[in-house]
Amino acid sequence: MAAPIIEARAIHKHFGALHVLKGVDLQVAERELVFVIGPSGSGKSTLLRCLNRLETPDSGSVVVDGIDLLARATDINRARQRIGMVFQSFNLYPHMTALGNVTLALRKVAGKTAAEAEALGLAALDRVGLRDRAGHTPGQLSGGQAQRVAIARAIALEPRVMLFDEPTSALDPELVGSVLAVMRELRQDGMTMVVVSHEMGFARAAADRVVFMDDGQIVEQGAPAAIFEAPREARTRAFIGQIQRH
Amino acid sequence: MLDTFFNIEIMKAAWPILLAGLGNTLLLSATVVPLGLLGGLILALLARLRSPWVRWPLMAWVDFFRAFPPLVLLIFLYAGLPFIGLELGGFGCVAIAFFLNTGAYYGEILRAGIDSVPTGQSEAARSTGLSATQTMAWVILPQAVRNVLPDLMSNTLEVVKLTALGSVVAMPELLFQARQAQSLTYNPTPIVVAALIYFALLWPLVRLLSRLENRALRAG
Amino acid sequence: MSSWERFLDTFFNARVMAKYWPDILYGMWVTIELAVLVVITGIASGLLLALLRAAGIRPVNWLMIFVVDVLRALPPLVIIVLIYFGLPSVDIAPSGFVSTWAALALVLMAFSEEIFWSGITAVPRGQWEASRSTGLSFTQTLLFVVLPQALRMTIPPLTSRTIAITKGTALGSVVAVSEILGQASSAVSNSYNPSPLMLGAAAYLVLFIPVVVAGRWVETRFAWKK
Ligand SMILES: Nc1ncnc2c1ncn2[C@@H]1O[C@H](COP(=O)(O)OP(=O)(O)OP(=O)(O)O)[C@@H](O)[C@H]1O
Ligand SMILES: [Mg+2]
Repeated sequence: MAAPIIEARAIHKHFGALHVLKGVDLQVAERELVFVIGPSGSGKSTLLRCLNRLETPDSGSVVVDGIDLLARATDINRARQRIGMVFQSFNLYPHMTALGNVTLALRKVAGKTAAEAEALGLAALDRVGLRDRAGHTPGQLSGGQAQRVAIARAIALEPRVMLFDEPTSALDPELVGSVLAVMRELRQDGMTMVVVSHEMGFARAAADRVVFMDDGQIVEQGAPAAIFEAPREARTRAFIGQIQRH
Repeated sequence: MLDTFFNIEIMKAAWPILLAGLGNTLLLSATVVPLGLLGGLILALLARLRSPWVRWPLMAWVDFFRAFPPLVLLIFLYAGLPFIGLELGGFGCVAIAFFLNTGAYYGEILRAGIDSVPTGQSEAARSTGLSATQTMAWVILPQAVRNVLPDLMSNTLEVVKLTALGSVVAMPELLFQARQAQSLTYNPTPIVVAALIYFALLWPLVRLLSRLENRALRAG
Repeated sequence: MSSWERFLDTFFNARVMAKYWPDILYGMWVTIELAVLVVITGIASGLLLALLRAAGIRPVNWLMIFVVDVLRALPPLVIIVLIYFGLPSVDIAPSGFVSTWAALALVLMAFSEEIFWSGITAVPRGQWEASRSTGLSFTQTLLFVVLPQALRMTIPPLTSRTIAITKGTALGSVVAVSEILGQASSAVSNSYNPSPLMLGAAAYLVLFIPVVVAGRWVETRFAWKK
């Protein structure tokens, strides 16, 4: 395996007295798609948010694309341009158009001119199939469209890795497909991705590796087939059994 | 500096005068808050009548008193009425002015509160045989008041502060007394003490309101 | 003279009105000046304080909260009187106009800081996170993402509060500001006739009815909704 592009070591995180991450290690190689599953409250979101320092770990280290995110000297805002994130609740800016959402960071962080930002923004919207919705506000978009705009907002900055936190959980079932299709295309273009999701079908089809978390620790990881068909740990087996009954 | 604004001697001398003023401020508040609430309730109930013959004059009435500075209203009554032979005195004028002015504000708040109760509530109450009045009194109003409690309290805070206007028409309330003491002693200490009394009196309400408002906005 | 004629002669005395309307007009001008000054300085300083509060410097915020509380708890007239009668004792002698302006601007600052701050905290956390995740700094996020949403939410409460405080310009009459009420009151005592009060009342309605109606429109237009 080549040098990992994401390298998180021995991450601990507390919220008050609650010990949420208990020494998590996660390495992700370039172009790899890592899928994270686990029961509610097991710390999946917290781990993901440590990877762009939306949460600051209490201890451990996080290096992404050669940048030590926890170092004092690191310009976290520049680093975050290279780490795209997509949220369960989209978090589109309601007071801006789709294009405005996509171009804000291009102008303010990447330092593009208005014209450059617009061209890049439209190209990003094009990649998620929504160029014709550029002038719409979030309120005028369906959930699936809103999430694709959110993806465009992230990829417009040409990130080196993308983090997805349950990107389809807030969507009506018939809208899930459009978002997964965009994610699949990103994968084919060679994007490194860490995905927290319950879409097991997508995991089987697209993931290189599945990571199972429970109680703030990584319990087991491996190829999708191995984790889904032949889990070694009892906790994994219980979890897989539970979700497959649904 | 301390001698000017916190002169102990003057504080001692002015204390009884200020205390009497505080008593009158409390008395005045205890009169005008219920009066304003009564005026507001009347307006809010009238607003339930959907007829345009009621609605438009009502809106004009409310907007009129929202546009009219309360002090102007008070002076108007105090200086104007004697010319037609009506000598109501400071207290009477303050009472009428507050009934009209704060009634308009309370009315808007209560109306919004009543509007916020779903119609199903009234239908359910009526279906159990309650009369329209009973439904309003026992089902709608309690919910309405709870829904707009922060606004009601915030308006009440404003009303209590507004009683300081009484000083302009020679009502011996806290500010009036303080200014009397100040002009007798040529020292601002009494006014500073009066301000401290107002603050001590109203700070708890301000704190509470600021919490409620923040919570309401976050939930909204 | 019938009683109706006497009533008209008392409250709508044409001779008195003709004599004093220029005074009232001048008073209107002073009221407008005072009101505009109060609104601009009060709201601008309130916004600045709210932005400063967002920076989250503990001792600064405690001080700010305390000052805002004081300004919310004191009757505006008490603040005016404090400034006007109190400051001369330390050899600062602000005019009635300046005292009224300063007091009302401070009060509006306090209320608008509270309103802006509530608006800022009401913007969902996800908005901050989404913006920060694309590399915008704290200040950029505050200015470009959070504040525009907060402002929209704050327009209705801010409008009604601003109108209420602006009406307080009438309090200036207590400290000899020649705004509408002051002008009308002195005209009444000079002429022994209440007609100038009627003119003054009309002047207030001319100024504030449009503001109240516009406020009503703004409140429905920007009413709280998701
Ligand atoms: N900001 C916070 N403050 C306090 N506790 C938090 C915070 N964020 C998360 N937690 C707690 O940390 C634990 C792990 O949360 P996390 O969101 O990482 O779980 P998750 O695996 O993503 O769960 P889910 O599948 O429900 O999204 C939970 O118990 C949660 O309540
Ligand atoms: Mg989660």
